[in-house]
Amino acid sequence: MARMTRRDFVKTSAKSVALASIPIIFRLDPLAAFAGPISQSRNLADYYTHFGVDEELIRQVMAAALEKGGDYCDVYFEHSIHNSIAIEDSLVNSASSGVDFGAGIRVVKGDQTGYSFTEEITPEAMKLAAKTAANIASGGKKAPPQKLSLHQTPEYYSIESPWHEVGIDQKIPRLQIIDDTMRKADSRIVKSQVYFHDYTSWILVANSAGRIVCDYQPMTRVYAFATAEKDGRKEQNYESYGGRRGLEYFTDDHLNYLASSAVTGAIELFDAVPMQGGEMEVVLGPGDSGIILHEAIGHGMEADYNRKGKSIFADTIGKPVAESFVSIVDDGTLPHHRGSINVDDEGNDTRRTYLVKDGILLTYMHDYISSKHYGVEPTGNGRRQSFRHMPVPRMTNTFMLSGPHDRDEIISSVKKGLYAGSYTNGEVNIGPGDFTFYLKSGYMIENGKLTRPVKDVNIIGNGPDVLSKIVMVGSDMAVKESAGTCGKAGQWCPVTDGMPTTKVSSITVGGVSS
Amino acid sequence: MNNKERLELAHWTVAQAKKAGASEAAVWVGNSREIEIEYREKRIDKLQESTENGLGLSVYLNGRYSNNNTNDLRKETLGRFIEEAVAMTKYLGEDPYRSLPDPKYYEGRKDIDLDICDAKYDSVTSDQRVKLARDAEDHALSLSDKIVSCSASYSDGIYESVKVHSNGFEGSQRSTAYSLGVDVAVTDDKGARPRAWDWKTVRHFNELPAPPTYGDQAVEKALASIGQTKIESGSYDIIVENRARASLLGALEEPMNGSNLQQKNSCLEGKLGEQVFSELLTVREDPFIKGALGSGLYDPDGFPRRKRTIVEKGVLKEYLIDWYYSRKLGVEPTGAYLSNVIFELGNRSLDEMIKSMDKGILITGFIGGNSNATTGDFSFGIVGKYVEGGKVIKPINEMNISGNILEFWKQLVEIGNDPYQYSSLMRPSMSFKGASLTGV
Repeated sequence: MARMTRRDFVKTSAKSVALASIPIIFRLDPLAAFAGPISQSRNLADYYTHFGVDEELIRQVMAAALEKGGDYCDVYFEHSIHNSIAIEDSLVNSASSGVDFGAGIRVVKGDQTGYSFTEEITPEAMKLAAKTAANIASGGKKAPPQKLSLHQTPEYYSIESPWHEVGIDQKIPRLQIIDDTMRKADSRIVKSQVYFHDYTSWILVANSAGRIVCDYQPMTRVYAFATAEKDGRKEQNYESYGGRRGLEYFTDDHLNYLASSAVTGAIELFDAVPMQGGEMEVVLGPGDSGIILHEAIGHGMEADYNRKGKSIFADTIGKPVAESFVSIVDDGTLPHHRGSINVDDEGNDTRRTYLVKDGILLTYMHDYISSKHYGVEPTGNGRRQSFRHMPVPRMTNTFMLSGPHDRDEIISSVKKGLYAGSYTNGEVNIGPGDFTFYLKSGYMIENGKLTRPVKDVNIIGNGPDVLSKIVMVGSDMAVKESAGTCGKAGQWCPVTDGMPTTKVSSITVGGVSS
Repeated sequence: MNNKERLELAHWTVAQAKKAGASEAAVWVGNSREIEIEYREKRIDKLQESTENGLGLSVYLNGRYSNNNTNDLRKETLGRFIEEAVAMTKYLGEDPYRSLPDPKYYEGRKDIDLDICDAKYDSVTSDQRVKLARDAEDHALSLSDKIVSCSASYSDGIYESVKVHSNGFEGSQRSTAYSLGVDVAVTDDKGARPRAWDWKTVRHFNELPAPPTYGDQAVEKALASIGQTKIESGSYDIIVENRARASLLGALEEPMNGSNLQQKNSCLEGKLGEQVFSELLTVREDPFIKGALGSGLYDPDGFPRRKRTIVEKGVLKEYLIDWYYSRKLGVEPTGAYLSNVIFELGNRSLDEMIKSMDKGILITGFIGGNSNATTGDFSFGIVGKYVEGGKVIKPINEMNISGNILEFWKQLVEIGNDPYQYSSLMRPSMSFKGASLTGV
């Protein structure tokens, strides 16, 4: 229930483990030795070959999983390759790479789950894992499906240059452009770092309802950090990009944007003044501010929390929660977005789900278990970090739709308040609904105008209370394509958030208190 | 595979890497086995068993450095993995500071039993595991009819790993951990569901506190949170309870780190030997506490762990500097990876501290927020209790605490006598004067 902090990110990336892809001849992937070529394929036969399995073997594994009377089971195969590169003091000071391979087997009995996984995809290892997961149930044996049928899925992130075919020698020069641009942009920049990551996953999911799906999932993210020094005062800022894109996305223009945004933000912080904290009117800028939705309502609308009675939104479906011009969706179909998925990790289609429509609380985000519990269709939100984790309801891309107000009109309506622009992290306590988001940078609003920059303050509110205090919604909806990662139940998943310029009539802002 | 076999594999991997052209190599091989049971509504909600393997290979090739990981430990695929890792490293640029540590820094490692591995791990039965979770949930549920959600979780694991450096370092370690906890939500009249938990992690099965203790604490805390509100912004005296997340200590530690110092992202740069914090603050590291969660004999650089003083009576005595950043900074390495962190304790309990509080806030938990190592600014969300005349008056939430660590840690006025034992960061409750809190 927390978005990753800058600190966590830096720590993770420092230890990060991933496998460098280099020119194809040096593809750092031991599996390439025995698995068939798969690249960007979405053909089932290629996935069978790649994982060394077939329909009959998967049915046998399912038979073992259901032998104690489970209602349902699924088998999730994953092969992923990840690489990272760090540039510090203008040198590539670290490159890391990793490969991960295995299969997770889940057995569901009612709302109960048994889970096990194996890092060896052999018939014996998979059947042993299946028998372990089967223990959640005790009762009559169930039969596996007669036949597995491929479920075709749409394609939301086809790319030109897949990462597993791009050499590190092609990546480094692109990243050096970011570093060089930051260094040259301003003489006050004393340090810079660039962190780059790419991930490629191939997944194959089969369930006891007879559905089988496969997907190729590319991903990349980049962070540009700049530290500036002036008269002994130091300030740091960063910009990030994250999305399901290939190398072709990193054009000079885009790299320059990342660098100059990091630098401009750092320099501007020299003018930042301490914020007078307390309750105030807050205007949330477009894009990045969507983090407020993620924390204020998103997590509370994940159905598992409601099924378990933990959420403040339990028992509020169908009730008004906001002004009629407020609509909030979770949508995993946005092209190339970091939170997008062609299919969820249970094999269900992803889609646009209205959490709030015209001010009314409408639909929870479901996984298989919660959709059965509530007797509704799954919403394609069953996600997991890897084959080592069981799926749970998770957000994808969460954003508020455009509303009737004009951005300038919104800002000019505030006499004294805060304009919040960019953030590092947020968190929510699901039960009471308290949520926070941490402001990286913003501005004071004085007499309807943005004036002095402010930074490093936490903003705290209560989900339902803040929703009811959204008094104006702009027409400039944007989803910020940054490197957001969401943590829940010990699992991390990529997400994005977005919103139009929005005014909240009162929320508590941290800072100096009088 | 046991650690002896892992050591053989690690040495083999190092040798293969050197054969493939690496100047130096470091290899880590590890395994973990874990079992997790979540119990809710009087039955098992979730049962998970995991076994994970991993091998990490760091290749050093004339200043070029890469770190490569795999979970496939079969020698035939590893051979190819090693060759390609070395081949890939040749494509990197040179960083003159990248090397394995000078072997002289490996010397002096203690050879003592830290008692962090429970010899009885394999004799714990599924029935015992399930019973602990069931008893914990049963008891918690019996405590209040306001409970709307309750679950008890049990987990245990055994962790084994070895580490070999091509220039002479070799180490192996084994440890176990057992956790039991209760998570409970209660309902107030307004639809809010205050939640509280109690969670304990220990090294030995028989050290787990009895199942009822978790519910006793969690339910009491959840019920005491009913009706929580924010109060007026202002400057308040505060007490931070020991079990609250260590957000404020995290903000203190981050700028001590070698990477932040070298990258000019530290507000503590140039402050070594200076009185930066309150005289009451003395922070030490003790890696040798028997059975403690942070105990260990060597750190990820291969440096022997040692007892040390990081802050003494408010004076910053040591930064946390690993081998790589020691080279870049041109200083001696001190070790960047903390084991058990202990504090010089005061004389009074949390209750006594509350009783002598005239007017202020007891912080029982933090939510969100962050800190800026470059400037020292921090801002965190809090939940807690409003205290007046030594008595808890009402629960509060939805407030922020903000400040700058260079000022805030001077405002420390008392340290409790109650180090938190279920974490490697054994912080006691602490009291500060004049903290900036915002609410209404």
